[in-house]
Order: sequence, then structure tokens, then C-alpha cells
Amino acid sequence: MDHPHPDDDDRYSDGNALAGPLGEIFAVDITAAIGRCVSCGQTGPVAELRVYARAPGLVARCPSCLQVVLRVVQAPDGMWLDLTGAASLRIVLPAG
Amino acid sequence: MARAAVPGRLAEQAGAGRLIWRVATLAATRQETPTARTLLLDVPGWPGHLAGQHVDVRLTADDGYSTQRSYSLAGPAAGERIELTVQQVADGEVSPYLTQDLAPGDPVEIRGPVGGWFTWPPTGTGPVQLVAGGSGIVPLMAMVRARQLAVSTAPFRLLYSVRSPDQVYYASELTSLADRHVGVEVSYAYTRAVPARWPARPRRLDAAAIAAASWPAELAPACYVCGPTAFVETVADILVSFGHDPSRVKTERFGPTGG
Repeated sequence: MDHPHPDDDDRYSDGNALAGPLGEIFAVDITAAIGRCVSCGQTGPVAELRVYARAPGLVARCPSCLQVVLRVVQAPDGMWLDLTGAASLRIVLPAG
Repeated sequence: MARAAVPGRLAEQAGAGRLIWRVATLAATRQETPTARTLLLDVPGWPGHLAGQHVDVRLTADDGYSTQRSYSLAGPAAGERIELTVQQVADGEVSPYLTQDLAPGDPVEIRGPVGGWFTWPPTGTGPVQLVAGGSGIVPLMAMVRARQLAVSTAPFRLLYSVRSPDQVYYASELTSLADRHVGVEVSYAYTRAVPARWPARPRRLDAAAIAAASWPAELAPACYVCGPTAFVETVADILVSFGHDPSRVKTERFGPTGG
């Protein structure tokens, strides 16, 4: 497990960094989607999650309770997307 | 497979679909600081983008080893020409190549644009507060340039925190913008060294400096904060403490770039 060190802020970036990897899977931008954390119930855009890139793949944590909301791992045979920590994702669809 | 779950019509409407890698060609460069360079790249089939979006750049070695990094777009596209500004990271893997070795005519793989959250729509009319830490200026400059291109009258304020005067990106363009009083106010905070005759000593950006150089919360500006993670956390917390609605304070953090 990748435990965050609260006194070492620059160990993480944020969900904006997920735009490329998730763009390989989804046809719409997921970073602007509003997610809800399973652990604490906080809602917010995927872009505002804390993203740790030094774990295998990318681990995105809730900025409020620091529990894992989603993980993206590139495996040899495909992309593994783990959404166990996300209660929901509300995706705004482009107009038209 | 995930893509197949999205109706084709929707993908077309989004103008998106799955991201693809495109081969871009370096057209020209501009040196911004001793260690930062702007790359003007021609990207066949570039679909256009919003200010604040970024691209992934992929380099592949002769032995097949490949690595990628994200870089913010520095301005609106001119047709199929885009620009990125890359800060050289001393022991980085990608940035030294992009800032020193890549030459006009050389190819580089690009994927994007990506990111729909940290963006400013050129139709926006409300006040905008930009706060940049170091190379966090890049996507914020894209917003300033998009405003100018759109002949927008949205009132902009940019607060740019930088180590020293020689580290300022886009220096002459920012000075010219501020001097012309076209609705873009620019303030600087120097953290290590100040210009000659500067009325203050170098210091970290603090609440007083932000209060002096930013729109009051009562105006409900759209706030964009970009820079190193610790900088962004500090500034965003200060803005929220001033009464800005957290949902109007959008942030983008570099984190451990590894360059």
C-alpha cells in the first residue's frame, strides 16, 4: 500500500494527470466528472483527487479522507481500472 | 472494449473518441529562460483545444524503451500549430531532451488535448483570478492568450510567483499586456531574488500578498491556481479562507514531475 505522508506534499499531483490515461478508455473526459467517495461521502471532480504516480499505476485518493477512490494500472494485456472506492461518477455529456 | 460501450453517436458529438498518438514536427523554438524553452509543434489533424488543457508527449528510444510526460499547452492553436513550454528538470528523463536536443524538423509523439476541468472557456465574461507558481504559469498564460484572441473583456488578474526575475516566462508579452491596460493586471511575487529597486524583499507568497493582488471574494471570480503541489495547496487554502467558494477555485498540481 502506498501510504501518504502528509508532510511531504509534493509526493502527489492531482486528477488532472488522469486525463491522458483515462482518455485511452473513455470517449468523454472523466476528469471533469463528479465522483463520490465510498469512505466519507465527499463529492468532487475527479480532477481534484490526489494522485500518487509512484505506486504501480496511478492511485487516486479522496482529498478529504485520503482513501483510495480509483486506480488505473496498465497491464500487458490491457488497462485495469479499479473503481471500488467510488460510489458514483456523474459525467456531464457534451451538448449537441 | 470500454469504448464499444459508448454509443458511436455520442463519441462523434463529443468530437473525441479514444485518444490517439499523433506524430508532431518541431517547427521552431523560443527560449523563455535559461532553462525553459517553448516548442512550436505542427500536429497534423490537431482538433483544437481549450485554454488550460494539456498533452502527453512520448519519446521512444532506439531500443524500444518509451516514456511519456504531460505538458500544458501554452496558448491557443494556430491551425495545426500548438505550443508547449517545457522547464528543464536537472536530472529529468524527458525535459532535457525537449529543451536542448529536439531540433526543428524532428518528430515527437503527441496525444491530446486532454483535461476538461482546469479550463477557461473563451465565452466567459466574469472576473478571473490566476495564480501561478513557477512553470505553473503555462496553462494560465494559455488562458490570458485565449482571452486576447477572443477579444474578451473578462477582467483578468494574474499573480505570478517566481524565484527570481530571470525565471519569468513570457516576460515581454506580460509587460506589454499590463502596460496596455486591456483588462489583464499582472503582479509578481519573488521568492529568492527581486529586481533592482523592487520595494520588497524576496519572500514566499503569503495571505497578505495574495489579498493585495487578487479580486475580492465578493466578486466571485473564477480562480485558477497552478504550480508545485505544496504551492497550490497553500494558495487554494488562502483563497478559500478569504471566502472564495471552493468550487470556484480550480487547481492543477505538478507533483513529483520527474521531468
